[in-house]
Amino acid sequence: MTHEHRDGLVMPAPAGDPPTCRALSGRPLDEITLDAAVRGDLSPADLRVHPQTLRRQAGAAEEHGNQQLGDNLRRAAELTTLADGEVLAIYEALRPGRSTSADLAAVVARLEAADAPLCAALMREAAAVYERRGLLAPG
Amino acid sequence: MTDEAASKVPRRLGRFTGLDARAVNLDGFAEEDHEAGLVAFASANDPEPSVAVDDAGRITQLDGVPAAEFDLIDAFIAAHGIDVAVALEANSLDDVEFARLIVDPGTPRADVVRLSRGATPAKLARVVALLRPVELQMAISKMRVRRTPSSQAHVTNRLDDPLLLAADAATAVAFGFREVETTVPVNGDATSNALAVLIGSQVGAGGALTQCSVEEAMELELAFHGLTTYAETVSVYGTERVFVDGDDTPWSKAWLCAAYASRGLKMRVTSGGGSEALMGAAEGKSMFYLESRCVALARAMGAQGVQNGGIDAASVVGSVPGGMRELLAENLLVMLRDLESCSGNDALVSESDVRRTAHTVPLFLAGSDFLFSGFGSILRYDNMFGPSNFNGEDLDDFLVLQRDWDVDGALRPVTEERMREVRERAARAAQAVYRELGLAEFGDEHVEEVVVAEGSKDITPPDPRAVLRAADVIIDRDIGILDVVRALAHAGFEDEAARVLAMGRARVAGDYLQTAAIFDEQMNVLSKVTDPNDYQGPGTGYEVSPARREEMAGIRQQRSRQDLLARQAAAPCVAEAAGAGTGTAAVGAGPAAAPLAAKVCRGATGTTGGPTGGTTGGTTGGTTGGTTGGTTTGAVITSATARLRLVERGVSRPGRDPLEVCVGVSPAFATRLWLTMSGLPVGEALRQIVAGIEEEGCAPRVVRLRSTFDLGVIGLTAAQLAGSGIGVGLQAKGTALIHRRGLPPLACLELYSIAPLLTAEMYRALGVNAGCYARGLQPEPVRNPYTEQAIEARYHAEVVALVSVEREACVAGAPPVDLEMVE
Repeated sequence: MTHEHRDGLVMPAPAGDPPTCRALSGRPLDEITLDAAVRGDLSPADLRVHPQTLRRQAGAAEEHGNQQLGDNLRRAAELTTLADGEVLAIYEALRPGRSTSADLAAVVARLEAADAPLCAALMREAAAVYERRGLLAPG
Repeated sequence: MTDEAASKVPRRLGRFTGLDARAVNLDGFAEEDHEAGLVAFASANDPEPSVAVDDAGRITQLDGVPAAEFDLIDAFIAAHGIDVAVALEANSLDDVEFARLIVDPGTPRADVVRLSRGATPAKLARVVALLRPVELQMAISKMRVRRTPSSQAHVTNRLDDPLLLAADAATAVAFGFREVETTVPVNGDATSNALAVLIGSQVGAGGALTQCSVEEAMELELAFHGLTTYAETVSVYGTERVFVDGDDTPWSKAWLCAAYASRGLKMRVTSGGGSEALMGAAEGKSMFYLESRCVALARAMGAQGVQNGGIDAASVVGSVPGGMRELLAENLLVMLRDLESCSGNDALVSESDVRRTAHTVPLFLAGSDFLFSGFGSILRYDNMFGPSNFNGEDLDDFLVLQRDWDVDGALRPVTEERMREVRERAARAAQAVYRELGLAEFGDEHVEEVVVAEGSKDITPPDPRAVLRAADVIIDRDIGILDVVRALAHAGFEDEAARVLAMGRARVAGDYLQTAAIFDEQMNVLSKVTDPNDYQGPGTGYEVSPARREEMAGIRQQRSRQDLLARQAAAPCVAEAAGAGTGTAAVGAGPAAAPLAAKVCRGATGTTGGPTGGTTGGTTGGTTGGTTGGTTTGAVITSATARLRLVERGVSRPGRDPLEVCVGVSPAFATRLWLTMSGLPVGEALRQIVAGIEEEGCAPRVVRLRSTFDLGVIGLTAAQLAGSGIGVGLQAKGTALIHRRGLPPLACLELYSIAPLLTAEMYRALGVNAGCYARGLQPEPVRNPYTEQAIEARYHAEVVALVSVEREACVAGAPPVDLEMVE
């Protein structure tokens, strides 16, 4: 699939070729239509990105020379299955002075249990630096 | 103080009191202070660049700091931000050599990006600091990520009025903005504002991204609801103290980066020099070094882009020497890290129009992923971020700048008809969605007010509690993007429903998570992957297409030659209706007895009278009103007042009467052109000159030059024909002079060169003086009306059109002919 640029330049297909792409719910992208929305057939998970899509985008980012963007998208893939509230709670836990060493260890354990090893590794790293820089909550 | 002492205080010089009153002197300027971090580039306390890597590939020292002493920022950058494979190579490269690679169009962008991946913050800061402004521009042209430039708009208002937000978002999209950022004066209104802007942004065209800037956790919640499609308010700082004072760490921010991506949303971080000094914790470092840390950190966290180079603390940077260069260089830092640059111009940096424009123009010429990280598309008073460097008041200026420079500033002219259409559609769509979802009820009269409003001061304020209630309902009922799609579709806004849904589908596809992604209006993703910048010197990179050039050229103020001549074309119709025959022309003129014809031609001259009349002269002679107002006015005067006909009476011969003064008129005078630049009927100008000559007891004779419209030659020829040797030259556009036989053509006695400001009285005075010369007297010369306005900019397009008509009317070799004035 190619995209016609508005100046007539033909561009390569974008990384997530829409026809093969599925929502977090598993619904193929081409079934996400206005008719389906109006009929009430779509749920919020039909408009959520699938972890495989994020990993494919991560691969594209790395191919284009941005390892860090790739890493971020791979962490994001792990978070797709976490509830909104949990994502917010972990953000709060990472703010300065909010968590004890044990709190952060618990977050790490939760992430490992949720099959989110990359995110867990980032948390472990945070815990070590927070301790050295005095950003842990007293406890 | 004694009287004697007081008398010794010297009076202030007028030159200083005058300058003191200029707008630029409202700005604050600070002496460099290295300890306070009030230094743009290179503080004495900035570290020497350095890096050390152990055998395991870990960075053990960064910019002079050993790993054990890394602060939060060092630690995150060392862990994630430096490509150790090129770290030693990049950091040992000579600074000047590195700087040249950045600027040299022959060095591929990818080579520079590769080296930058290994450069420490201090190294990159020191290299970029070497670049002069023009070199920064060259580097930005090459290094920005996306080939096609774009821009972002602020859309907010004092009232958080949802209908006005929607209408203004649609207006921003009509102008070409591809990101729309809103925020709140009242925090509780956030969900309502996000919803209103989402609706409005998808009217007229699809694909504009929207965000609502609020506290970080709240902003993330808006994204979860699907009411925003990108995020930007993820702030990072260059010192640990300020970072922690901002209630975050690099790890919490990195978590936000992943959180947004996990819901398929594009995001970038915000930094910008001067914030650390402003918070009193710059650690004595230069603004640019600290910003280099921020940008390195953004890359390390995996953000795809950075907003910097003129954000909230822009004026702190602007207060120190080299500050504006620093702001431009910040944008380049982002590009060198291969990240999307959302390039500031976001905060008003000066009270001076000269200075704030000078801040924006270098980047505008070089091009960026986003030229503005918030052009205030609404009026200054409605911008709840504070005024941007360019605002709604400046939209025409910006469109003209694009046209002047053949530079794609990402905006396009919008006709009044188009703007009315999208504003009404957006206001009605928002009204319908708020009604369908039971959020709030807005009446049709409110829609009508919103459509025509320039800003929120023009509308009846809605009940503030109504907006708060709507915002609460959105949260309580967990209203999300699908509810909006259904409500739009149900209310008959199918196009908008489909476009809002397409923004939801975009999250599923994930293509706009790539660096520098925007959607064009056909929902194609333009990003580093699909639309990479390929600038490598002249003839490469982004090119303004012929269609785009035409779009940029087509500002509503542009006039064709036909437009410029329209009022001239209308005048002779009246003359012919009055019975003018072949070889004659009827010309509007005042009664011979009129002492001053200003009364006679009040309608035409009233708006242009006097040397200061130039302001309103534009309504009859300028580029704005010339096609309609001027036409009507001129024609009415011609028909309503006494009529003058010019009848040809044979080839002109030299006269013998020593009191004879000839008035030479140009070829198109009263044959093709009927109004002077000041809107005066040409016959009226002629009548006044003739009356002035008669006033001095001299005998006027009118002759037409047919072979030239050169005013000097016209006047000189008239002088040579005149028995007195004195002639007056008068072009149809109104320029006039007095000439004397024997002088070179360009050395006349008196000259009126500023035709748009000439009045009937002035032509009368010129005639009087011509008569005086004929009588051998030395009159007080007439004075050109003076104006300090850009009178030439206002009229030269019309002058060109009038001159071309005169040239067409010329008949080579045709001798002058006498004209009889018939009342």
